[in-house]
Amino acid sequence: MKIAVCVKRVPDTETRIRIGGDGASIDEAGVKFIVNPYDEFAIEEALQRREKAGGGEVVVVALGPDAAQETIRSALAMGADRGVLLKTDRIPADALAVAQALAAELKDGGYDLVLFGKMAVDDYNHGVGPMVAELLGLPCVTAISKLELDGGKGVAEREIEGGVEVAEFALPAVLTAEKGLNTPRYPALKGIMAAKKKPIEVKPAALGEARVAVTGLALPPDRKAGRIVGEGPDAVTELVRLLRTEAKVL
Amino acid sequence: MANVLAVTEQRDGALRKTSHEVVWAARQLADAMGGTVDALVLGAPGVDAAGAKLGEVGADRVLVAEDASFGRYSPCGYAGTAAAVAKAGGYGAVLVAATAAGKDLAPRIAARLAAPLGTDVTGVAFAGGKVTATRPVYAGKAVQQLRFDAPLAVVSVRPNTFAPGSAAKAGAPSKVPAVAQARVVVREVKAAGKGKLDVAEASVVVSGGRGLKGPEHFALVESLAKALGAAVGASRAVVDAGWRPHAEQVGQTGKTVSPQLYVAVGISGAIQHLAGMRTAKVIVAINKDKDAPIFQVADYGIVGDLFEIVPRLTEEIAKAKAG
Amino acid sequence: MAPRYEGVDFYDVGALLSEEERAVQDTVRQWVDERLMPVINQRYLEGRFPLELVPQMAELGLFGANLPEAYGCAGLNNVAYGLIMQELERGDSGVRSFASVQGALVMYPIHAFGSEEQRTRWLPKMAAGEVIGCFGLTEPDYGSNPGGMITTAKETKDGWVINGAKMWITNGSTANVAIIWAKTGALDDPGGIRGFIVPTDTPGFSAKDQKGKLSLRASDTSELVLQDVKVGKNALLPGSRGLKSPLSCLTQARYGIAWGALGAAMGCYDEALRYAKQRVMFGKPIAAFQLQQQRLAEMLTEITKAQLLVLQLGRLKDRGKATPQQVSLAKRNNVDMACDVAREARRLLGANGILAEYTAMRHLANLESVYTYEGTHDMHTLILGEAVTGISAFE
Repeated sequence: MKIAVCVKRVPDTETRIRIGGDGASIDEAGVKFIVNPYDEFAIEEALQRREKAGGGEVVVVALGPDAAQETIRSALAMGADRGVLLKTDRIPADALAVAQALAAELKDGGYDLVLFGKMAVDDYNHGVGPMVAELLGLPCVTAISKLELDGGKGVAEREIEGGVEVAEFALPAVLTAEKGLNTPRYPALKGIMAAKKKPIEVKPAALGEARVAVTGLALPPDRKAGRIVGEGPDAVTELVRLLRTEAKVL
Repeated sequence: MANVLAVTEQRDGALRKTSHEVVWAARQLADAMGGTVDALVLGAPGVDAAGAKLGEVGADRVLVAEDASFGRYSPCGYAGTAAAVAKAGGYGAVLVAATAAGKDLAPRIAARLAAPLGTDVTGVAFAGGKVTATRPVYAGKAVQQLRFDAPLAVVSVRPNTFAPGSAAKAGAPSKVPAVAQARVVVREVKAAGKGKLDVAEASVVVSGGRGLKGPEHFALVESLAKALGAAVGASRAVVDAGWRPHAEQVGQTGKTVSPQLYVAVGISGAIQHLAGMRTAKVIVAINKDKDAPIFQVADYGIVGDLFEIVPRLTEEIAKAKAG
Repeated sequence: MAPRYEGVDFYDVGALLSEEERAVQDTVRQWVDERLMPVINQRYLEGRFPLELVPQMAELGLFGANLPEAYGCAGLNNVAYGLIMQELERGDSGVRSFASVQGALVMYPIHAFGSEEQRTRWLPKMAAGEVIGCFGLTEPDYGSNPGGMITTAKETKDGWVINGAKMWITNGSTANVAIIWAKTGALDDPGGIRGFIVPTDTPGFSAKDQKGKLSLRASDTSELVLQDVKVGKNALLPGSRGLKSPLSCLTQARYGIAWGALGAAMGCYDEALRYAKQRVMFGKPIAAFQLQQQRLAEMLTEITKAQLLVLQLGRLKDRGKATPQQVSLAKRNNVDMACDVAREARRLLGANGILAEYTAMRHLANLESVYTYEGTHDMHTLILGEAVTGISAFE
């Protein structure tokens, strides 16, 4: 089974965010970068599917700066076979531009599955995965929390408000992973060493035209300072009064 | 001058609450652009009735696309239909509500229209002849301003953010062709517990954390939620511990919510959790530790034993609502 | 939930590591955070080693990590091995002890002194955590003086008969296999000491948990009794010859312990620093008070020195140039400073510092064992003294 997993190098959101000098991006000094957490579910799913199929290839594709090779390396350490870096110094905010570059790379790969995390934890776009599917003319189910494959067909589940949608599709297909799809494995230390020897092909990213401009990035407005209304159950009456008369939410 | 197409969402033949929000948002944008609002309703034959009241929130026309395969969400069918309508109509923007379906649908429409996409925005405007948007990024730690440099932009709007007002317009119904396509077929929807409010769409949310000490104590949170007519949410810790389902998780790897009132019970307020609820209009925190970070974002807090405070709060809320 | 532990690195030692070494450190750190930290307090209080974690540790490749891939091991260099120990002990010294014993005291001697048959029979299963081992050198009356041991192994027609008792044996009651060091010749001749692979279910072999410990509680520490334990010829580790064989195993373990103690100190310092920044007294965080800043500055300084010390030791070891005396210096320094850091961290935490909820006092108690085992602090002092003066002051 041949599977492609698209991964993104993102800032660890535990780090404090500082706005960069250009007022439109974050200051990367001292920021730790990680594999997008949702992409880990995609990588794990690819590895499990390759194992279930009794063989095949898992290819990791990343679009980003040179440092994204480390991100690909982490996926290789988990067990993927080889990587491709579509190199660009700045990742455009235009999801379609990114999708076009990825689609061009994936088009002739003969993949049975193309997996993504449902969104990146820096831009929260939820866009690239389904866009790549549209560009490749492939079925796509997003934010899947369960997957079953049987021959050339698949059934995936995704959470929607008030329930779970069950969707059927044929392979090849594009799927984006939600938390809970599986439990991503820790890279075995042996895997970390083996990853060193696995190939990563670097080529320039054939980005589409970027028509989304980030005109500003700012820290959110501080919430007005709140107050402790009181201690223990006796403070409840006052709280209810405030919610009613001051906050007007009751 | 350009018009705005608002794509609505129906469930079992009735429009979901977010549809009114998206039409209202479209109305605001269209007014700024000097154009009209068309609301698109997609569903099984007979769904046209669902769109009857959209004029009240600002729809000039209600376009209805009916197909047997449109009863449940049909990703490519909806995307193809919306794209076809958008191509025909001289629109400057296509708006979708950023619900589970909307977040799936908007990028597909954008790809089919080769248009730029803005996801889950909290503000949309028109400036210098271009559509602009505001949206939170980096787990809510920063706010981004976007400008779309194209004649048409596709934008999904965050639920519970564009509270609909009233803007009486004609809402004149009209049929448009449904472009069915079945690359993916939703064969069923398994319903969650009956009448369970989704945490991302409810206007009041009561969330519980590790302070509840065990899954059996979540009954306290559920009672308070019932008294408030609220959805139940959960911190990552209790979801990871298996006490509550992932669908209830609020936070960076769960749902992002913007309710009118958010009550955090026994939640310390880790950064990942705050990322998911800090835009709530009013935040109330109940925690035994006065140094818990949650109190720094809460508008009102009570320090003390939640096992005593929450039942009392439930009681007094019930009384206040009845009286 | 506290923000994640990010280690301590005041002098950008991270930049001196390779990408793989950093990845190893990060992976073990993450595993400790997600799998060990949630259960360690409970286990420590119960006095039980978290045996349920062994399969996960094995899958990660933590056992015998610096032994060759040919035997199912991770084949890491010694710096990476050290980083594993550092991160494990940030979690708990007892858990790191398990890995030290399994890797450096059981798998290492089989690799160094065993036949190829013994290596292929035991090492892959031990790497996989399917066979757990223990190292039987120390005796009730022979700790710092292992050469005085009275456990004997007498050769017979079919193999050996072993008689004796061992004490303070980590994994003793859990192990499937014990590496027993015994005298094959005269009792006054340490040159006759040789190593034997003894399955613990051999008749005559018994192990008993040593109860009442106030340190290393999340670790199995046992007495072993061997009463006419008969083993076959193939139980002997053919390459073992004299006291220097078990001592060379100890050198391997001590190397890992020097890193491990550093990890414990880092964990204590990190906890103390966070606490100091958020604990308010007299209207400001206690981090604003000079005496607490002094505590933190001292801890940071000692940790930074220790970090550079073990990194260079690891690089020397990777070049095949590390001497046992160099390892002694690192073990002695790092454990001693970790004991001080844990104690000062405990004091900074105030009354909260006596609760199991905070790690300082558990580390403080554990590190007392680490100070004493694998060559007491004083023994290492004399090893260094002899190394530089040429004069033995042991007796």
